[in-house]
Amino acid sequence: MIINHPLLGPRDSQEFVYLGDASLIDRPDWQAEGAVDAFYEYLYQRENPAGLHQELWFHEQGDRSWLVVTRNTLTHEITKVELARDVARSRGRSK
Amino acid sequence: MSQKNRLSGGLLNRAKPLNFTFDGASYQGYEGDTLASALLANGVRLMGRSFKYHRPRGPISSGSEEPNAIVELRTGARQEPNTRATIAELFEGLSAKSQNHVGSLKFDFLAINDRLSSFFAAGFYYKTFMWPKAFWEKLYEPMIRRAAGLGSLSMQDDPDHYDKGFLHCDLLVIGAGPAGLAAALTAGRSGARVILADEDFTPGGRLNAETFTLGDASGADWARAAIAELTSLPNVRILTRTVVIGAFDHGIYGALERVSDHIATPASGKPRQILWRIYSQRAVLAAGATERPIAFKNNDRPGVMLAGAMRAYANRWAATPGQTVAVFTNNDDGLRTASDLLAKGVKVAAVIDSRADGPAFTGAEHLRGAVVTDAKGRLGLSSIKVKLASGETRQIATEALGVSGGWNPNVHLTCHQRGLPVWNAELAAFVPGTLPVGMVVAGAANGQLSTAGALASGAAAAGQALEGLGLTVKSADLPQAEDAPIRVTPLWYVPHKGRAWLDQQNDVTVKDVKLAHQEGFRSVEHLKRYTTMGMATDQGKTSNISGLAVMAEMTGKSIPETGTTIYRPPYTPVPIAAFAGRSAGADFRPKRLTPSHKWAAEQGAVFVEVGMWMRAQWLPKAGETHWRQSVDREVLATRGSVGICDVTTLGKIDVQGPDAAEFLNRIYCNPFGKLPVGKVRYGLMLREDGMAMDDGTTARLAEDHFVTTTTTANAVGVYRHMEFCRQCLWPDLDVQIISTTEAWAQFSVAGPNARNLLQKIVDPEHDISNEAFPYMGCGEITVCGGFRARLFRISFSGELAYEIAVPTRYGDGLVRAMMEAGREFNAVVYGTEALGVMRIEKGHAAGNELNGTTSALNLGMGGMVNKKKDSIGSTLSEREGMNQAEALNLVGFQPVDPSKSLLGGMHFINQGAEANARNDQGYMTSVAFSPSLGHSIGLGYLKNGAARKGETLRAVNPLAGEEVMVKVVSAHFVDPEGERLRG
Amino acid sequence: MADHRLKPITQLGGDTPRKDSFPGLTISERTDTALASLSARQGKPAQFQATAKAFFGFDLPGAGRVATGGVYTAIWTGQDQWFIEAPFASHEDIAPILKKGFGDTASITEQTDGWGGFDLQGQGCITTLEILCNLDLGKMAADSASRTVIEHLGCILICRETGQHYTVYGGRSSAASLHHALVTAARSAL
Repeated sequence: MIINHPLLGPRDSQEFVYLGDASLIDRPDWQAEGAVDAFYEYLYQRENPAGLHQELWFHEQGDRSWLVVTRNTLTHEITKVELARDVARSRGRSK
Repeated sequence: MSQKNRLSGGLLNRAKPLNFTFDGASYQGYEGDTLASALLANGVRLMGRSFKYHRPRGPISSGSEEPNAIVELRTGARQEPNTRATIAELFEGLSAKSQNHVGSLKFDFLAINDRLSSFFAAGFYYKTFMWPKAFWEKLYEPMIRRAAGLGSLSMQDDPDHYDKGFLHCDLLVIGAGPAGLAAALTAGRSGARVILADEDFTPGGRLNAETFTLGDASGADWARAAIAELTSLPNVRILTRTVVIGAFDHGIYGALERVSDHIATPASGKPRQILWRIYSQRAVLAAGATERPIAFKNNDRPGVMLAGAMRAYANRWAATPGQTVAVFTNNDDGLRTASDLLAKGVKVAAVIDSRADGPAFTGAEHLRGAVVTDAKGRLGLSSIKVKLASGETRQIATEALGVSGGWNPNVHLTCHQRGLPVWNAELAAFVPGTLPVGMVVAGAANGQLSTAGALASGAAAAGQALEGLGLTVKSADLPQAEDAPIRVTPLWYVPHKGRAWLDQQNDVTVKDVKLAHQEGFRSVEHLKRYTTMGMATDQGKTSNISGLAVMAEMTGKSIPETGTTIYRPPYTPVPIAAFAGRSAGADFRPKRLTPSHKWAAEQGAVFVEVGMWMRAQWLPKAGETHWRQSVDREVLATRGSVGICDVTTLGKIDVQGPDAAEFLNRIYCNPFGKLPVGKVRYGLMLREDGMAMDDGTTARLAEDHFVTTTTTANAVGVYRHMEFCRQCLWPDLDVQIISTTEAWAQFSVAGPNARNLLQKIVDPEHDISNEAFPYMGCGEITVCGGFRARLFRISFSGELAYEIAVPTRYGDGLVRAMMEAGREFNAVVYGTEALGVMRIEKGHAAGNELNGTTSALNLGMGGMVNKKKDSIGSTLSEREGMNQAEALNLVGFQPVDPSKSLLGGMHFINQGAEANARNDQGYMTSVAFSPSLGHSIGLGYLKNGAARKGETLRAVNPLAGEEVMVKVVSAHFVDPEGERLRG
Repeated sequence: MADHRLKPITQLGGDTPRKDSFPGLTISERTDTALASLSARQGKPAQFQATAKAFFGFDLPGAGRVATGGVYTAIWTGQDQWFIEAPFASHEDIAPILKKGFGDTASITEQTDGWGGFDLQGQGCITTLEILCNLDLGKMAADSASRTVIEHLGCILICRETGQHYTVYGGRSSAASLHHALVTAARSAL
């Protein structure tokens, strides 16, 4: 597969390491009520869509960016590639 | 034997005769011949024995689809089984052997299988070798293994090397027949970056095999001119002898270039083959079509071949399989074979056309509405039996028969991403359906079987591809060419009682397909598995469609309803060596060498692979004959005086920035915020699920600068995890990380004389006394007269110990300097084995203990998980299941009988309890012989172990029936109070 | 004490840099370069850029690019991260030198001996490199750089002059394996 890196352009997916669902960005608040359950959901419960899937890829043999890749699991079509840091910020993550 | 079946003309270099042998007999051919064409020219039709029944077989094709003429090439280490004689280029001195027979090719003892064929029908393995059960392993399997398979291996290492490479293009053109050449010319002239790949050694495809003209030129001449033009274009790269083996996602194609297969031995340093990974923006598939046979009784006789192949042998290779030939066709294209062979002066005994309404043919007897029902001649065709339209039968003497059942477009690469081909009734064949993204199909592969159609569609396909890329297309001026339709009336097999062969490579007959149907294996995928039809080197290129047509007839479904099996890469076989590329033997993977490697090698160190690292495992001294002698000495010398160990392999990650301390707080379960500058702290890193991930020490070099270490094995994973935390979880933490593992040569200096030794190395302005540089201190110093270094007072061995680091280029110098300085203390260098012994003696956890299933609590570090801060894994560490009273604890073990040794992986069972999983109390993780204590010791996890010290348990190894009584003790065997390391 | 002068060795373990020649290509061990990573800290991008411009005399290059001026060459290696090359003889202490210039606008880490570099020069560069790494070398312009994998090893490939001059940096510990890969490929391709 080819991943169109937002900074570097098309790169072979062989250069990347796959992590999984991009919901891993949404790490719960450790101090919130029911944090243990929230972390359990966060860590173990995943959607397994037949279709578009947002997932985390690490450009290990490249610029060491974590990317959020939107990929169709049925066709491998990649419709969007974003820097994970930008996605994290847009989802309200900061310090 | 002279070349009695050699014709005039052809694309051969008659100025260059080539000598070769087949089964020990000497022959001559010409440059431009394949092994098959040269053998046919020499009157040899019999080239092999079939897989199952050992039936005599000859070539049926002239290309890579060949199921029968499978031979062994070369001798010695380069001997290569299962190569297709039809694409093996002849070279001077080529030695070829037929295969799959016991005895000679003409008299094969295993041909008895053919007489016993009723026992060997489809599914015979499943039915025959079922009972008695014990016979399978002892008798049936060895027997089948001996009889099965085609060629034999040399059992020697392959002396050649294989490369892998990467190419990029705007347009990949697959196939250099008329469609591919038209596409490449169009794209090349338009300035696109083009790669043109063709499996043949002479590009041109069918143009080289036909007598058609393109404009005023012969097909072969036009192809040669087109190649010459393409060669002159700097933006076009032509890969001949290169088969595109697979179409992968997003325009990536695999291709195998057979660089040196056509010469006796590769030139020095040159590869035998290259496996290319081609990155394309667009691709034009112009892979042509494959002719299919019509099955009839004994249609596998040597001399029966595809009509198009017979024509190719005559036109391109000036060879005929016989002085007299006949043709059996269901379409117009077959008639061309008859006229071309006539033109070459070969006698055509008859043209049998299954169509009653086919066009008239003059020049030979034309039997319309007739079919061939049988063939005679065990080792080579002598006559055929023909059933005429009138119903009468006639015997016709002939040495060869060209058969045409129509043409199947080579849709394979269009289906590699699960695209399904669609049925074209006019061609009675499947044509490409849904295509991989970026692919356009042209020419015969797309069902345009005429030359004019191929040229036009090739040019159009290239134009379409280039427009998609936003490039301006310069149209190629195409020559006039034939544009005749094929006009096929489907005929898959001629019904008869005898065996009519569909898949000649796997010996599958029409009957076998009918049997599969009868036994319920009706889907094409089941049919394939049950009969093995379409398996092996040719993957059913000449048989699959006919087989499924027979199945369709049985089930009463249409052919498109029946469907095809899935086409998968590779298109043609690829040697495993090509997939391995240069990563073979000693080059299987790269090696990482420590800074002291050169010195250690000089000392005769025994090295061990730790991941990619080569580390000194122990360093034997003269007279030491057993590794334990060396290791025991290294341990005792270190604990007794001083030892040095290269610990560069530990991962080092530089962590900087105003939020560096906060970042470390979050990735380690224990806090780092208050670690003073100039101090080191041990850190335990958890995964988010609360299990231990890694551990190491972190040194604070400045308020905003830390160096953190990881275990050797986890360096890459920990760095990746830290980047994840930094970028995905806390994007606004101002922290920068970078690996600095290899920048520093780092040595552990341990033992009571460690400081004394270092004081001779460290420049005097740096005070490293216990007061000035206490345990867990760190700092930047200079050594040996001004060389920059870092010093950390940390201990893995439990002794007074330091780790000292210098820029890597000075590491070799530093170990030599330290050994020189340590001479008065009898300093030793110790390897990983002694390192391991000392850490077990000290009860330090390592990879065996941090094995992915253990928590901080299991490790005895539950108290380190700080609940007042957020860190990865801290929340889920609180889960009930991870905090049970019966939890495993890391404790020490020693054998009750000190002469006994322990084994890693042993399980603990209470005395009196049966040794089974229900009674399991835990397991041993690490064991060693402790030279300090004089007996074996072990670390392991024991249920509620912290409270069970003093108990005696059984340590069992049920696999080997071993058992040792062990006593539960503290994991800290040596210096449990930790006085030495603070001294 | 000061009698134990430390003698440096090259990444291939020699006293002097190694050079191998092939038809159309030389491969030389690069030992005279000091390296450091320079990472911008957050929140002060303008100050960082201004400092860089003042310090180097040129703007730091963007993604995939390389910039040179005076003794320094800056290679983009990641978001907000560059590798800085300078002559080893004058800049062995490259990290403190940069630190002094950048203060708390940047994080700087010494990388000199983290890497073992090789220079490939001659018209055989692309033919050799195309059997080693997956980069589109034909489109790789002068003064561009990319991380890539060569024979399982993570490397940085720098194009100094298209088709003619490239530098490959690989981890120093695996320099012998990288050198073996380069030499084997050159023999195969040229």
